[in-house]
Amino acid sequence: MAVDEKLKIELGKQGVFVTTLQELYNWGRRSSIWPMNFGLACCAIEMIATTMARYDLARFGAEVFRPSPRQADMMIISGTVTKKMAPQVVRLYNQMGEPRYVIAMGACAISGGPFKQGYNVLKGIDRYIPVDVHIPGCPPRPEALLEAFITLQKKIDGQALTGEGRPRFLDADAPGEFPVPEFGRHDLEPTSNPLVWPEPMKTRE
Amino acid sequence: MKTVEEIKAAIEAAVPGAGVEVVTNPGPSGQHSLRLDPAHAVAVAKFLRDDGELKLDFLSNVTGVDWPDKEIAEKVKVNRQVTKTVDGVEQTVEETVEETRKRFVPGCLEVIYHLFSMEKKHGPVVLRMRTVNRADQVTLPSFTPVWRSAEFQEREVFDLYGVVFSGHPDLRRILMWDAFEDFPMRKDYVEPNDFEYEPTAHDAVLKRAQEHKAAAAVPTQEGAAH
Repeated sequence: MAVDEKLKIELGKQGVFVTTLQELYNWGRRSSIWPMNFGLACCAIEMIATTMARYDLARFGAEVFRPSPRQADMMIISGTVTKKMAPQVVRLYNQMGEPRYVIAMGACAISGGPFKQGYNVLKGIDRYIPVDVHIPGCPPRPEALLEAFITLQKKIDGQALTGEGRPRFLDADAPGEFPVPEFGRHDLEPTSNPLVWPEPMKTRE
Repeated sequence: MKTVEEIKAAIEAAVPGAGVEVVTNPGPSGQHSLRLDPAHAVAVAKFLRDDGELKLDFLSNVTGVDWPDKEIAEKVKVNRQVTKTVDGVEQTVEETVEETRKRFVPGCLEVIYHLFSMEKKHGPVVLRMRTVNRADQVTLPSFTPVWRSAEFQEREVFDLYGVVFSGHPDLRRILMWDAFEDFPMRKDYVEPNDFEYEPTAHDAVLKRAQEHKAAAAVPTQEGAAH
C-alpha cells in the first residue's frame, strides 16, 4: 500500500509519522549492513582505509566487520580472485545468512583486471556468485567504495517485498546455495555458473 | 670475492670429478655462472657453504628456465660429383652446393640458484643445473638439506616447471592446486580456453581472440537458429 507523498509530509508536520511495512523493512535492511572481515589483495588496503575515522563507514551502519560469514550481511570482494581462492570465496558466500549482498571491488574482482589473460586468475567473481555492485578502479579510492555503499542502499530501498522484483531471500524458488567449483585437471570445473553468469553476448565485431 | 674461475678451481680441488662448467654472460653485468653436474651437486653445495673463504651461507633465489626442443636449420657447403655435359663431352665435375641440414637439439629444464654470503658480505654466486630432458628424466638433487631457504622455492620450480627434486622433504605443488596437471611456466603450456571479449586485443591476445572466435563459431550459429 502506497502512502501519498504530500499527505505523508503534511502528517509529518502535524507530528504523525506514517510509513509502510516495506519502507520500514528496507530501512532496517539497508542501515545495518555488516561486512565480512576479509581481504584478498591491495584493494583490501583501501577497504581498511574506508573503515577508518576519515571516511566513517558507520554512517552506513557498516562499521562492524565480522570475522565469521555467519554474522555478516555483505561480502566485499576486495582484490584479485585467483582460481585457487575462488572455491573458498564461493563457500564463504554460501555460509552467509540471507539477506546477503556482494560488492565486487576493483578491476580484478570484476573482470580479472591486469591479470585477465593469465591462466591462474578468475575473470570476475560474478561467474560464480551474484554481485550487487561492481566498482571499477585499480584500486578504487575509499570514496568509490562509499559510492558503492550508497548504490547498494538505493538498490535495497527500491526493492519491493512482493512480486517480480522481490529480493532473492523472499523468493522460495530462488537458489540459496551456489555450486562451489571443483579443482579440475587444467581449470576450475565448471568455469562459470550459467545461472548467475550467462555468457556475454558480443554486439560489436 | 673470488672470480668464477677461481671458485671453479676451488671446487675441483675440494670435490674431485665435480665437472663444473663456467657459463659466461656476455652482457654488461658480466655475471658469470657455474653449471654443476647433478651427480656431485650436493657435495659442491656443501663445500660452497662451509668453505672458509666463500662462506656462501644464504640462498637468496631459486628459479627455473625451460629450454624447449629445438630444430636448428644450418646451411652447409658440400662438395659433390655432378655429371655435366660441357661442349658436347660428358664430364664429371666437382661442385660446391649449399645444403640445408637440420639438427635436433633436445630441450631440458634448468634450475638456477643465487648464493650470497651474509658473513663475508659478498655475492652473488650463480649455480645452474640441467635435467637430461623435459619429459621423463627431470630429476635434480635438492639443495634444501644444504640451505633451508630452498624449500619453498624448489616447490615453486616443481609446481611451475615440473622439475623433481630428489631429497626434498616435502615436494608438493605450492601455487597451483594438487589436482592440477600442467606446468604453466613451460613454453609448451596450453592455457585453458577461457578467453573473453577484449576491446583492444593485440599480439598474443589477438591471436587467442581469433582462435577463440573460430572455436566458438559453431555454437553461435546454433544459438542464432533457436
